[in-house]
Amino acid sequence: MSRLDSLILATLVRTIVRLALVFSLFLLFTGHNAPGGGFVGGLVASIALVISFVSRGPAIVTRFGPLTPEIILGVGLTVAALTGIGGWVWGEHFLETAKTTFTVPVVGPVAFTTALPFDIGVYLVVFGLAASILNTLGRVEEDDSL
Amino acid sequence: MIGLLVLHLLIAGVMPMLGRRFGSKSLLFGALAPAAAFIYAVVVAPEVMAGSALITEHSWVPGIGLSIRFALDGFALVMVGIVSFVGVLILVYARGYMSDDKSAGRFGAYLVAFAGSMLGLVTADDLLMIFVFWELTSITSYMLIGLEDHRAEARAAALQALLVTGLGGLAMLGGLVIIGQEAGTTSMSTIVANPPQGMAVSIGVGLVLVGAFTKSAQIPFHFWLPGAMAAPTPVSAYLHSATMVKAGVFLIARLAPAFAITVGYWRPVVIGVGLLTMLLGGYRAFRQTDMKLLLAYGTVSQLGFMVALFGAGVVRLAVAGTVLLIAHTLFKAALFLITGVVDHQFHTRDLRKLHHVARRMPWLAAAAVVAAGSMAGVPLLFGFIAKEEALAAALDPATGTAMAAIVGLVAGSALTVAYSIRFVVGAFFSAADEEPELAAVTRGGLALTAPVAVLTVLTLVFGLFPGLLDGLVTAADDSLYPGLERLQLAVWHGFNLALGLSLTALLTGWLLWRVPGLWERLGSVTGRLPAASRVYIRSLAGLNWLADRVTGALQNGSLPIYIGTILLTTIGLAAPNLGQAWTVPPDLVWALNPMQAGVVALVIVGAIGTARAEDRLSAVLWLGTVGYGVAVLMVLQGAPDVALTQMLVETMLVVIFVLVLRHLPRRFDRMPWKARQTTRVAIATGVGLFASLAAFLAAAQRPLRDVSDEMVRLAVPEGGGANVVNVILTDFRALDTLGEITVVAVAAMGVIALVRAGMPENREGLVELERDNQ
Repeated sequence: MSRLDSLILATLVRTIVRLALVFSLFLLFTGHNAPGGGFVGGLVASIALVISFVSRGPAIVTRFGPLTPEIILGVGLTVAALTGIGGWVWGEHFLETAKTTFTVPVVGPVAFTTALPFDIGVYLVVFGLAASILNTLGRVEEDDSL
Repeated sequence: MIGLLVLHLLIAGVMPMLGRRFGSKSLLFGALAPAAAFIYAVVVAPEVMAGSALITEHSWVPGIGLSIRFALDGFALVMVGIVSFVGVLILVYARGYMSDDKSAGRFGAYLVAFAGSMLGLVTADDLLMIFVFWELTSITSYMLIGLEDHRAEARAAALQALLVTGLGGLAMLGGLVIIGQEAGTTSMSTIVANPPQGMAVSIGVGLVLVGAFTKSAQIPFHFWLPGAMAAPTPVSAYLHSATMVKAGVFLIARLAPAFAITVGYWRPVVIGVGLLTMLLGGYRAFRQTDMKLLLAYGTVSQLGFMVALFGAGVVRLAVAGTVLLIAHTLFKAALFLITGVVDHQFHTRDLRKLHHVARRMPWLAAAAVVAAGSMAGVPLLFGFIAKEEALAAALDPATGTAMAAIVGLVAGSALTVAYSIRFVVGAFFSAADEEPELAAVTRGGLALTAPVAVLTVLTLVFGLFPGLLDGLVTAADDSLYPGLERLQLAVWHGFNLALGLSLTALLTGWLLWRVPGLWERLGSVTGRLPAASRVYIRSLAGLNWLADRVTGALQNGSLPIYIGTILLTTIGLAAPNLGQAWTVPPDLVWALNPMQAGVVALVIVGAIGTARAEDRLSAVLWLGTVGYGVAVLMVLQGAPDVALTQMLVETMLVVIFVLVLRHLPRRFDRMPWKARQTTRVAIATGVGLFASLAAFLAAAQRPLRDVSDEMVRLAVPEGGGANVVNVILTDFRALDTLGEITVVAVAAMGVIALVRAGMPENREGLVELERDNQ
């Protein structure tokens, strides 16, 4: 019923989803200095999921290898919390940001702050939330269509 | 100290994994944690016994004076010794007991986590940390009682234990906060050395006592402990006789020197409750036919004994209490483990069904005789030393013990003798009531028997040479009552009144046991009295009934009513405050440029369109216009991050709406009555006016502008990022973000649980579960 049975649309959607996922990563990594960040990035990735959900029907169950959405969510929360504890261990306060700059061959100097792993945690939580809700809703839709 | 706690935590963390791979063998690895604690205790023992407490301190939240503070003094050393030593034995024993059990890993994890919590509890020197560890022991106890979670009985017993001890813990938290406030410090040692006084302190101490009474199963909270026997026997031996239930006794022992005199009601209440519990527990124990239940009530009784001894707040009685604490650990843990062996080999613990077990297992029977003899206070066993010390101290006029207390003590001891005899004879030396139906007996492995042997040998050794413990007991009670001279524990004090009373108790107990059919007759008389457990069940049912009513009244399922309530409450709470800020923004500009005005016009049109839409889909699309319009406004104001987020959330909402709409009728219902529509319009207008007014007035109220300036200034040097919004999220207010994503995770679990609960397969599962439980 919600399936949009059109080859053109299906192809288009696939392209859009991939673009959106890449864009979400871009937002995640540039977020500390330009608009973006973990939360926004996670939202973009979630929207990519929603789009494929709408086009390919509720039957798709989002799994990423052995990772269920719930695991992704948990990993995200853990990463964020561990970043905080790292601030304790190496700095003075919980969640204190540490900064460093190192040089990557070809790319040049790269500035790194611990805000990034924290943001990755946020990204994973948001993404995991969307994926797990979609999975759950998808199963309900399947039941309804029987 | 902290290292040991972390070690416990780590080992507990890997136990489930090891359990899956190595089964019950992994429990031997788990035993490393308490073993390390025991070795540590032995190593530091000389230093601690010389009189210097080991103190570890780390500042935690210096702003409010919180610190992580552990103090290992003599009394804590005794407890650490008990917790770690018995912990090792229990884990070894469990390796044999759970040899074919799949839940070994889970069991080991909880048990090690418990050992760590207990270790923290007895060494913590900060009131709040004591509370945290206290609750951790309650939670691990809950997990362990409910280990066999497919049994409804185990789940109910676990919940009962958690609710009773949790309620006590809550009372205790209130009490600790009051005491901490009055004392101006949360350091336990400082408070005890320099106790605060006054009405508030009396109330606080009372609340803490409630917590201690629930934990140590004192009247009227005793009923959870027999229920907790639903746990596997090693758990009963460890948590519910040797360690956790002694936490209440421990706390009373710590506080008694400070408050027994200054808080007026302390002595009558604590000693009274202790002795009553001792008598009731002994009497109930005497009536049991299940070996574990008999021991559980016996534990209740002995805990009452200890509460009375420590609660008196007199050093001589506390010395007797300390000896009893150690003796009880040795004999009661042994008895539970023996029960476990019997249960493991014969698949019953019913005293009426066991048939001359001593003929099959002479060594086990011998161990049981020694342990139960120690419990009854038979001379030359360790329990006798404790009882002699207690009686001698109570008879010493210097302690000012009331006659009634002495009588209670002797009567309680007589009951103890009676149920000890019943336990040993019923389990090992009597014929079964019916034809014996014994399961095939295999020999218990070394893992099962070695811990029993160790405990029994210690009971014998300390019974014959109590002087071995002189130093430890002196150090323990010196840390409670500074200035204690070195004690000399002895087996023989000559013919004195204490010995006479001891022998009287033994003789009376034997007579009680000899009267034929006494416990059956007692049972028929007292069965009609109200039991505390029934009060618990009634109040739980009452609470459920009340909750049903309240939920039924408030959650009537109408979305318009929910939303209306939320909106009206918001206005009702916030509107009165608007009057205080009644200033027009000084530099008011209606629009910065034509673009803004245009976008705002678009938003207004969208809002009107939403309200006027006849079918749901167009309403959603109109609403989308409003949302995107606001996002564009954000862009124009130079807030791309907020705009981006708004845009994405808006997109998500539209998609979700569209998904949901397929299940709803296309058009909105016609309003059934005019009045209802008017109400809705009124609420909507009110909220709109309120929100606009609030925004308008808020623009004039920017007293703390420098905060945002400061954040912009610090973004790059402190946070290392040029995007201030992101730096705020990941650094300045990162704790908020962490909290928010935790909420997100919890919400996700809630959504999943709610949606899946309604799905057919789960509905069937629930029905099955209910059928099983009937």
